[in-house]
Amino acid sequence: MNVVLSSQLRPAAALPVRPLVRVVIVGHVDHGKSTLIGRLLHETGNLPDGKLDALKAVSARRGMKFEWSFLLDALQTERDQGITIDTSQIQLRTASRDIVLIDAPGHAEFLRNMITGAAQADAALLLIDAGEGVRDQTRRHGYLLHLLGVRQVAVVVNKMDRIGFDAARFRDIAAEITGHLVGLGLTPTAVIPVSARNGDGVVRRTPSTAWHQGPTVLEALDTFAPARAPADLALRFPVQAIYKFDERRIIAGRVESGHIGVGDEIVVMPGQKRARVQTIEAWPAPDAAHAPRVASAGQSIGITLDRELFVERGNVIAPSANPSTAAKRLKARVFWLNARPLAVGGVIVARIGTAEARGVVTAIANAVDPGLLASDGAEVIGQNHVGEIALELAQPLATDPHTSDAGMGRIVLEFDGRIAGGGLVLSVEAAAAGAASHSAAATRAAGTHELHSDASDALKGHAATLARLFEALSPAKRLAHLRREIAGRIVFTTSFGLEDQAILHLIAERGSDIEIVTLDTGRLFPETYALWAETERRYGLRIRAVYPRQDDLEALIERHGINGFYETREARVACCHVRKIVPLERALGGAQGWIAGLRAEQSAHRRDMALVTAERGLIKLNPLFDWTREQLASFVAANSIPVNPLHAKGFASIGCAPCTRPIGPDEPERAGRWWWEDETKKECGLHNRA
Amino acid sequence: MDRLDELESQSVFILREAFARLKRIAILWSLGKDSNVMIWLARKAFFGQVPCPVMHVDTGKKFAEMYAFRERYAKEWQLDLLIEPCPPIDAVDPTLPPAARSAARKTEGLKLALAKHGFDGLIAGIRRDEEATRAKERVFSPRGAEGLWDVRDQPPEFWNHFNASPPPGAHLRVHPILHWTESDIWAYTKRENIPIVPLYLARDGKRYRSLGDADITSPIASDAATIDAIIAELDATRIPERSGRAMDHESEDAFERLRKAGYL
Repeated sequence: MNVVLSSQLRPAAALPVRPLVRVVIVGHVDHGKSTLIGRLLHETGNLPDGKLDALKAVSARRGMKFEWSFLLDALQTERDQGITIDTSQIQLRTASRDIVLIDAPGHAEFLRNMITGAAQADAALLLIDAGEGVRDQTRRHGYLLHLLGVRQVAVVVNKMDRIGFDAARFRDIAAEITGHLVGLGLTPTAVIPVSARNGDGVVRRTPSTAWHQGPTVLEALDTFAPARAPADLALRFPVQAIYKFDERRIIAGRVESGHIGVGDEIVVMPGQKRARVQTIEAWPAPDAAHAPRVASAGQSIGITLDRELFVERGNVIAPSANPSTAAKRLKARVFWLNARPLAVGGVIVARIGTAEARGVVTAIANAVDPGLLASDGAEVIGQNHVGEIALELAQPLATDPHTSDAGMGRIVLEFDGRIAGGGLVLSVEAAAAGAASHSAAATRAAGTHELHSDASDALKGHAATLARLFEALSPAKRLAHLRREIAGRIVFTTSFGLEDQAILHLIAERGSDIEIVTLDTGRLFPETYALWAETERRYGLRIRAVYPRQDDLEALIERHGINGFYETREARVACCHVRKIVPLERALGGAQGWIAGLRAEQSAHRRDMALVTAERGLIKLNPLFDWTREQLASFVAANSIPVNPLHAKGFASIGCAPCTRPIGPDEPERAGRWWWEDETKKECGLHNRA
Repeated sequence: MDRLDELESQSVFILREAFARLKRIAILWSLGKDSNVMIWLARKAFFGQVPCPVMHVDTGKKFAEMYAFRERYAKEWQLDLLIEPCPPIDAVDPTLPPAARSAARKTEGLKLALAKHGFDGLIAGIRRDEEATRAKERVFSPRGAEGLWDVRDQPPEFWNHFNASPPPGAHLRVHPILHWTESDIWAYTKRENIPIVPLYLARDGKRYRSLGDADITSPIASDAATIDAIIAELDATRIPERSGRAMDHESEDAFERLRKAGYL
């Protein structure tokens, strides 16, 4: 589309001097992306002659109200259906910059097109409808900006007119989205209240948003800077091709980071062959005095070396003192776009820089729809979902973790000859000689463990946001809100303690769609089994019981004896693992949310836990987290909730019979659990895996 | 690196990717300002050579100045030039409006040339800012067996990784200057001193802003007789670049239909 025009804001500077900044506009469908773009272009005088009239004519012809979206929805199908299918770009001039606005589709179905648009961007505007607040696609786009490496984001809260320019509501939305983005490592440069339809806050300040101190959208655009190739990092020069058109043997490529100079000692990765840079080639050929001596990040160049080395496309040239890693195994956080889910054992082509290698997925963790941000516990990454993968490559690829080199730490996944995903390299394992000493199985097991313990940033961000939102709410409201927040299954695990009984009461009374599960270790008190039956009668429900696996149990008793847990801590932990942890994993399998009865005052260690946390790839809520024992006791009494008679006999926290004893009046609540062990280690492992 | 350096570096990277990853490619040369810049960029990318054929799909209705330009620079730049004819208008979809139908001869010529030479990649000098459907293009854009553009199912493309494996019978359109603007083209043409067809410069108060077939392309009113004057003119205008190209304006979707059928 041709849109070139002067606006009154623009100084008389010559054209090519103006920095060019690419800004993607993302957010949930119908939150007003196209309207914002139209308003921006219109008010800055950036619309071509006749365009507005043409759009009005098109709208009239279709018997529709005037739609700004027709400006960018160039395809007939887009106009017919009133949706943006593919990403589009349009030019805009601000006071100091040439801006390319990239309009990304908001529909989940067209996420690949959103990614195509956003990956080109230096910065982003994230749009939120003030009436609807943060939605799944808002979060999904926020998460993808993080994965795509877009680091400058301004949030635009649109349709403020629909909520009467309510400043308090704006601040709530601002707090929620800021919390979410900060959790992803993205600090918004501004959060701006606007009405794109009427123009408030877009280019002009109007009385309606007088209470807002920050910039307008146009001013926010004017602060964005072009993302620069990093010249201050170590040299990484991925080889695109070798040209032998004449007597020269030119190694061609683009410098990804750092700089390269004539005479530098370099190493060719993988393979570690060394040489010195002889020339940097250019066309039209300059005379010797003006021949380039150095090139830096972002430049497409050609070099010759001082000796004949075998160099090929896909190699990476690096300083001999600071080479990249030739990795055979790596871990990455990726998004997946193919309709066929990515599963363990899946074969893909991994591309880093100009290199490619076949790879097998050996582990998957934290697979999640980034819009919902609660793992479904799946072992596969579905279409438009994200997750962490471990890859084993057929040939080593030269790479760096994304934290040390954003460019060389990007991985693209190809499936069936088509780009199907991509993401960030989290860690790499060098393809050292003698790596064969590791068994593949051991590597796989270690990989899985590491992936699991590294809960995704997104999930943590979401948990932190919910924790803030839930802080002021009652336990009942917390449960109700969580149910609305999470689309998938939510599991409540009860052990029939006081807290659990209170939570079960809240769930049963409200009839919430939350699954109630207990882990029957086989060693519970008879009183606990009696309470279980009584609770089912009182509330008219069946509690799902999950049991230890028979062969695990037999192996445990074989190894440690029937009461081996008193002998060593190792035996106690093994017992907890077989009787509680493994069943818990089964209980939570496929769920996105987990409810438990932890309270902050229960023990010193548990004070580090929070109201909402990200654990085991799920959002975990402890609705009674901030209650005191007195509050709990009075709630239970007031509602005549059935409780374990052992509480009256001095048992505070009740677990398995052999491992629980009554406590004295001055002892902390959990003093009666595994009383023979050190206080700091007294957890079975159920509740402390962040 | 200034803005033109960055544009140039990106285009050089794309041209080298096309050359490295596709088996048999050709550069489409329309003799216009954009494809001249593209040929220049190819010479930069490959250090003075253009290592693949340069193809002019010739409707036979270009301006005399354009044919003169072709003869001179094909020789001077040592291009491996292929001139491919277009079929007569009877061979073209009669439901298209008249100018679009005339322009569509080029699509048919392109299909015949593809079949004749078996190219799996065609390098074309379209730009996003020219026209709204071009704004939605990929850098490596797959075309089906009939040259059709499936706009509903464009593959993802990011971080300078391109989809370079067209299915059998299909080909890729590669767009190395997709991210340039009309002003960028002129600023770069001036900086690099790239030759142009003189019709772009104003004579007697008129100049051509975009060049196509002589019978369906009209000049604009302009006094811009130098490249500097063109850049200044573009800086102030609110009139689209392709306003002089009749086939874009006959109906709401005329140009989209042309492009879906394989037009550039």
